[in-house]
Amino acid sequence: MINKIVDNIEQALEGVESNMTFMFGGFGLSGIPENAITSLSQKEIFGLTCISNNAGVDNFGLGLLLQRKQIKKMISSYVGENAEFERQMLSGELEVDLIPQGSLAERCRAAGAGIPAFFTPAGYGTEVAQGKEVREYNGKPHILETALTADFAFVKAWKGDTAGNLIFKGTARNFNPLMAMAGKITVAEVEELVPAGELDPNQIHTPGIFVQRIFQGVNYEKRIEQRTVRTKK
Amino acid sequence: MALDKNQIAQRIAQELEHNTYVNLGIGIPTLVANYIPKGIDIEFQSENGVLGMGPFPFEGEEDPDMINAGKQTITTMPGAALFDSATSFAMIRGQHVQLTVLGAMEVSENGDIANWKIPGKMVKGMGGAMDLVASADNIIVAMMHTNRQGESKILKQCTLPITGVNCVKKVVTNLAVLEVTKDGFKLLERAPGVSVEEIKNATEANLIIEGEVPEMNI
Repeated sequence: MINKIVDNIEQALEGVESNMTFMFGGFGLSGIPENAITSLSQKEIFGLTCISNNAGVDNFGLGLLLQRKQIKKMISSYVGENAEFERQMLSGELEVDLIPQGSLAERCRAAGAGIPAFFTPAGYGTEVAQGKEVREYNGKPHILETALTADFAFVKAWKGDTAGNLIFKGTARNFNPLMAMAGKITVAEVEELVPAGELDPNQIHTPGIFVQRIFQGVNYEKRIEQRTVRTKK
Repeated sequence: MALDKNQIAQRIAQELEHNTYVNLGIGIPTLVANYIPKGIDIEFQSENGVLGMGPFPFEGEEDPDMINAGKQTITTMPGAALFDSATSFAMIRGQHVQLTVLGAMEVSENGDIANWKIPGKMVKGMGGAMDLVASADNIIVAMMHTNRQGESKILKQCTLPITGVNCVKKVVTNLAVLEVTKDGFKLLERAPGVSVEEIKNATEANLIIEGEVPEMNI
C-alpha cells in the first residue's frame, strides 16, 4: 500500500503558489472541496487560473477566492449565481473562458488518460469553435478540443482510505473523479477516512493511483443552492 | 387561447415515447415530467450525473448530495444510477439519451437554436446545452412564441449567438406546434382557439401550411 495520508490541511496544500492552475470538483455547491477552498482563501496566493464547472456563490465555494481577488482566470461552463463574479467579469478584472460542460468533463478525463486532444460535435458552428480545427466524421462536423491539466486538483469524496481510493455519494461525484485524474497533484478531502482494506475494492470509484494526498475534512456545510420540496399529502 | 407554460409542457409530454431516456432542460421543460401519459415508461437523465431522476423530496428529506442540473434537490426512482460528468456526457454525445427538451431564445427555420448568450448582457455560460443539442437524435424546443417585446422567436435566421446548428426537430410554443423540415417550419397544430392568421402574424419565418391545421389536444 502506498500511503497518501497527510496530517493536516497545511500539508495537503504544500506547494501551492501564485499564478498556478487549480481544478476544483463539484457541480454548483454539491461535492465541492470545502476545506481546501477555505484554506486557499486564507493564503496570500493570487493570479490563479481556476477550472471548475461553476464559480460558487458570493460567500461560499469559489466565491471566497473571488472576494479576495485571488482568481485571474476562470474556466467554467456556467457561472450564473455570483454577483461578485459578474462585477469582476464585466469590469474586465477577471478573464472568463466558457466551455461546454461535456467538453469540460472530457478535457479533464482526456488529460488524465493521456489523450492530448479529441474531436467532439459540441460547439460546432458556434463561437466556441472559433480557431479550432474542424473535421467531419460519419458525415458530421466535429471540433478539436485539447486536454486540460492543472498544477493541483482539489476534489471531495464521501469516503476514502489511506491508499487514496475514493467513493463518492449521490450527484456529488460529478467532476471530481475526472479532475482527480487530471491534476499533477491531486488533493482529496473526504468526509470519512478509513484504513486501507476497509473499503470494498469492488465499490471504489476513483482508484488511489490518481490521488497524491488525502485527508479527512471537517465542518462540512454542504449548502443547498435551490431547495425544492413537495408537501406530503 | 394561447397555452400557459404548464400546457406547453403537457403538449410536449404527448411526444414522449415508451421506454426512452429523456433529458429535460431548465424552465418549461422541467414541467414535462408532471404530464407523462399513462403506460409510458420514461427515465429522466440529468447531466450532472443521474439517470432515473424522481420528484422533489418531501420537506425535511432534502439531500445536498442529490441535486439535478438546475441545482434543485431531487430524489431518485427505483433503478436509478449515478455517475460522473464524463460518463453523463458520454450518454448524451453517444446518443444513448433519445430525447432532449430545452428552452430557447430563438429558433431558425434550418433548426439552429440560440439559448445561451445575449451580447452586452452578463453571460452565464452554455452549461451542457451545446453538448446536448450537438448530439441528441430528437430535440424539442419549449418556449413562448414571441419575446417580451412581442417579437417573433421563430426566425428565418437566428440573430443571437447560436448554441447549435441544424438540430431542432420540433418547437412547441404557446401558440403552435411546428416541425423543422428541410424546407422550413411546418405548422402542425394550433393552440385551441388560436387562428392560423394569428400564428402567421406572430412568426417572422415562413410557415408551411398544408390544408386544415388541427387544434392541439390539451
